[in-house]
Amino acid sequence: MQDTLILILLILAGAIRAGTPLLFATLGEIFAERAGVLNLGVEGMMIMGALSGFMVTVRTGNAWTGLLAAILVGGSIGLIHAVLSITLRANQVVSGLALTIFGTGLSSFLGQKLVGVPAPDTFRVVRIPVLGELPVLGPLVFQHDILVYLSFLLAPLAWFLMFKTRPGLHLRAVGESPATADAMGVSVVGLRYLYVFLGGMLAGLGGAYISLALTPGWADGMTAGRGWIAIALVIFATWSPARAMVGAYLFGGVEAAQFRIQGTGTQVPSFFLNMTPYIFTIIVLVIATQETVRRRIGAPAALGLPYEREERG
Amino acid sequence: MTSAVPSVQMLVITKRFPGVLANDHIDFSANAGEIHALLGENGAGKSTLMNILSGLYHPDQGDIHIHGRRVALRSPRDAISLGIGMVHQHFMLVEPHTVAENVTLGLDEPRFLLNSGQIEQKIAALSEKYGLKVDPEARIWQLSVGEQQRVEIIKMLYRNADILILDEPTAVLTPQEARELFATLKRMAAEGHTIIFITHKLDEVMAISDRITVLRKGRVVSTVFTSATSKQELARMMVGREVFFQVTKSPWRGGQAVLRVEAARALSDKGLPALKGVSFAVHEGEILGVAGVAGNGQRELAEAITGLRPLTSGEVYLCDRRITNQNPRQILDQKVSHIPEDRLGMGLIPNLSLSDNLILKGYFAPPLGRGPFLDQKAIDAHCRELISRFEVMAPGPDSSVKLLSGGNLQRLLLAREISCCPRLMVAVHPTRGLDVGATEAVHKMLLEQREEGAAILLISEDLDELLSLSDRVAVLYEGEIMGIVPAQGAQVEEIGLMMAGTKRARPAEVAA
Ligand SMILES: Nc1ncnc2c1ncn2[C@@H]1O[C@H](COP(=O)(O)OP(=O)(O)O)[C@@H](O)[C@H]1O
Ligand SMILES: [Mg+2]
Repeated sequence: MQDTLILILLILAGAIRAGTPLLFATLGEIFAERAGVLNLGVEGMMIMGALSGFMVTVRTGNAWTGLLAAILVGGSIGLIHAVLSITLRANQVVSGLALTIFGTGLSSFLGQKLVGVPAPDTFRVVRIPVLGELPVLGPLVFQHDILVYLSFLLAPLAWFLMFKTRPGLHLRAVGESPATADAMGVSVVGLRYLYVFLGGMLAGLGGAYISLALTPGWADGMTAGRGWIAIALVIFATWSPARAMVGAYLFGGVEAAQFRIQGTGTQVPSFFLNMTPYIFTIIVLVIATQETVRRRIGAPAALGLPYEREERG
Repeated sequence: MTSAVPSVQMLVITKRFPGVLANDHIDFSANAGEIHALLGENGAGKSTLMNILSGLYHPDQGDIHIHGRRVALRSPRDAISLGIGMVHQHFMLVEPHTVAENVTLGLDEPRFLLNSGQIEQKIAALSEKYGLKVDPEARIWQLSVGEQQRVEIIKMLYRNADILILDEPTAVLTPQEARELFATLKRMAAEGHTIIFITHKLDEVMAISDRITVLRKGRVVSTVFTSATSKQELARMMVGREVFFQVTKSPWRGGQAVLRVEAARALSDKGLPALKGVSFAVHEGEILGVAGVAGNGQRELAEAITGLRPLTSGEVYLCDRRITNQNPRQILDQKVSHIPEDRLGMGLIPNLSLSDNLILKGYFAPPLGRGPFLDQKAIDAHCRELISRFEVMAPGPDSSVKLLSGGNLQRLLLAREISCCPRLMVAVHPTRGLDVGATEAVHKMLLEQREEGAAILLISEDLDELLSLSDRVAVLYEGEIMGIVPAQGAQVEEIGLMMAGTKRARPAEVAA
């Protein structure tokens, strides 16, 4: 009995840890999509974030510098997408896919020598005084590394920004009706750049979390499709940062459960468990690409559409 | 109120779009306290000129002076800060957002936190002052088109705009709503606002404006005082020739019901009820007009009859044969013609040639088709005949349809739809966006078909058109028929009330 309780607690705490990179990336993509830009390059930005974060940490011996590098690299790749899709009006799906392929390939190439290198510095668990000693809640919520705490703050903050403030109003307007926003003096191009950049930074941060906290070190393809899961989570969360938290931890839970359940030696084949997040991702994406469904669940109306002022609407 | 300096002065404005000179050296000026109408046919360049004044488009050439000072309008932001506000033809509103959110969009105040209480108070004060009733907490998609327009106007007043541009504001209003709008505009002009009112409707211009600038093909024809001109003169300036307003048609001779719709229900694209039990009949040699503010089920009705939208319940009969939920091909094969609202999207295939478009309804059967093959010779003869009979101006039958002007597109579409000798024609906004000449031609073709004995369901937003062409007029409101009245002697007032949702006791239903 005691053992089962502890197992459940471990899985739940693991769910939060494993969900954290998903949460960062999902929040980032929510920002970009709320501004009307679909960025399928999340996987590419995450893996480049994971690599650059680890690489710089190895050089400097300080995980914070690695984190900063990852954020900048993610943001820069986001900017590439912004230039291609906003300024050059390239097809957003194609541009995003290209970035994912590019990021995956480049990280694999640049990371060859880093495989197996031990991490000189990582983000370690910081037990919060008093709160960390609470039964159940303590180990579940208050015994994590600092980036998890950051994500706890970030999601509600993003929600507040989006729905309760003027910048949030402008962000949503740009994604719903860029022509209206433009006519009212809101800079559509400026805001789209800003939020695609922000989205890239958050994806980079999510990637770095994997290589500097979740499973410190570098392994080829170590993001393992989490970028795609994040894109599905955006839809699952219906573009709301609050629900993104629920979704991210749910998926984190599946991942954490895999480890633990495999540890207990059950009969369920492991590849079956490994499959579940991806199957779910595919289902969500297939359903959500239907126009009517998208409209009903509140997708930003101008998502994926380039805007130009003198173009006929 | 009127000062010596015009509040708006636009000098030699030129704007070119790929292939069109939309504004050609236009001079325009308007004074504070006046309602200045900008009159012209579709495509004359009215919206373009005002989009330039509101900072949305950049002129290729020309100067703009506001209150006597030369200004550079780089973006709508610049225009707004100079007190210029525009209510666009297609509303600029964020549908899922509330009225208050839309009104404050783009402002620097509030700085960070959205304080809805204060904003709503200010909106309420403006509504009160100008008689623009609207609920600040409502979401745009919940509002009627008339209410949405009020939001647009409040949006401008909230920014203290003293130069107000309205682009074809009455197109979406019932006659009563239009009158309320005019009252509001007059009040604003009396307070010293400059009102620029874009329209192509002569009656409106005469009713509301102080001065009128007429545009034709991107140029200014003249600027005149309303008190010193007449409808006839304006029409001549607008079109460039004499225009006759009267359509002559013989009285209905009576005949069998061709189309019968019984208690039809259907859903809109969003899955909401769009038709809520619609019943009516159209008879041989009769034109039944369908009036109503846009979005009250007109499109769904046309699509339900032509097989493009399933009925959830109810029946459709063609000459007493049930055609409910048959597929479009089955229905069209029974001599039904459809002139859809969206000419290039639904009526014609832009990238195909004239002749390919003309044979779309008959390529699979003799004389145009032979088994799996097309009979090029027959097709060629058929198409040349149609193109000359319907006076479609085009380089040739093989040129691509997307190069045609609006009027010629409609002629081509009518050529195809009339050449199959229809028993029933469903025509949706057949003259929308056409110039006067093309409109006259379309009217003539519809009346000819009526003479030939076709039953015609004519859906239009233009009440004048409906009243002059139709034998009877049905009014749709939120998917229901509010009443059906004989067109001759119909009261615009009464139809307007029905368009706004007042049901009519219907003794006047003409039986077959
Ligand atoms: N954004 C645009 N792109 C290309 N052509 C345009 C655009 N806007 C207007 N035009 C063209 O310019 C001409 C004038 O249009 P417009 O100003 O909308 O006329 P009006 O408002 O008087 O009906 C038309 O021929 C139209 O096709
Ligand atoms: Mg116009």
